[in-house]
Amino acid sequence: MAQVSGIAEERSTTPLSSRKSVTLRITRYNPEYDNEKTFMEFNVPYEKWTTVLEAILEVKKHFDHSVAVRYSCRQATCGSCGMVINGKPRLACFTKISELDSDVVTVEPMNNFPIIRDLTVRFERLFNSHHKIKPFLIHEDSEISSNEKEFLQSPEELEQYIQFSNCIKCGLCNSACPTMATDSSFVGPQALAQAYRYVADSRDKGKDSRLKIIDESHGIWRCHFAGSCSQVCPKGVDPAMGIQFLRGYLLGFKS
Amino acid sequence: MENQDENKEGIGGMINPRRYGIERVAYLLMRISGLGLLAYFIGHIYETSSILQGEMGWQEFLELTQTTEGHIIMTIVIGMCVFHTVNGIRVMLGHGGVGVGTPARPDYPYKPASQNTRHKIGIYSAIVLAAIAMMYGFSVMMGH
Repeated sequence: MAQVSGIAEERSTTPLSSRKSVTLRITRYNPEYDNEKTFMEFNVPYEKWTTVLEAILEVKKHFDHSVAVRYSCRQATCGSCGMVINGKPRLACFTKISELDSDVVTVEPMNNFPIIRDLTVRFERLFNSHHKIKPFLIHEDSEISSNEKEFLQSPEELEQYIQFSNCIKCGLCNSACPTMATDSSFVGPQALAQAYRYVADSRDKGKDSRLKIIDESHGIWRCHFAGSCSQVCPKGVDPAMGIQFLRGYLLGFKS
Repeated sequence: MENQDENKEGIGGMINPRRYGIERVAYLLMRISGLGLLAYFIGHIYETSSILQGEMGWQEFLELTQTTEGHIIMTIVIGMCVFHTVNGIRVMLGHGGVGVGTPARPDYPYKPASQNTRHKIGIYSAIVLAAIAMMYGFSVMMGH
């Protein structure tokens, strides 16, 4: 009973609603009909925990349901809601409005991805590049072909790649990459980091074939270690680190 | 139209240094200093080719570098040269996987290990050394 009254007391002294509002500028663009992007502005109330995605959904619910946005899990797991928020690529579900420290929040579709409509972009190129580097274990045997087979791995060996397996393919790294800003054929930090993920896996035997795939004119050599990919990664993958290690293999610093 | 379809940021996005910290500034300065040194190299070849016009032609061309404008250009070249060299060593070491951290399970708020203090010190060192070299070079050229 004392506990209940304590909670009630806390509620009475701590206001739950901040009653703040923010101007949300949303990009409107349909490549089939529009020649250029325009912005629509909405005044959206927010609390200190309100995310940009929640604000966009508020706009869809109360102001304009035609705003196109892709989302799913709302917890930075699916990688669907990547967009440029106040100039930087971020996950809308993982970005609180209060953290942006701005009265105006501008949301745009991710750069370096073809736009479908408004905030949604095409992921074909990212997935094609990801597929190109063979994102699976290459081994002469298979764990499932025999009950006796098991690819043993020590915790130390696991540490070599586990960070890079956190990739959710949200595309923020490709959006921030300065090389991707000008080179449509560049394989991109996402795919290169995933190439390292498998090359560094002690169970994998496909290192040579993967290095051959990325050792081309629009491959790993186009990375100039600007590091923007690592700065925007919402899962701490650090693609820049993986790419430099991968290049270490090609240059003979690593074996 | 193709650029619009791809929604690429283009050169403007590539050279925008404001969003991603000192590493992106270093990336931009590396590009600018590289292009600047290439332009200087071409100018240098043109300058030295003036020796084919004899001593007179050589001296005439050399006098261009003895003006205030010539000193300013040479000072900028010194700065570009020093920054490109020092930052180039940092980037080359990074490209070999040296000093970019070790793979580990990331903890929130996910500070990337590859963008570590050593690299930041390397970038600031390149900028400071370039500034010192420019000041020294300019004072020597001005005869102080």
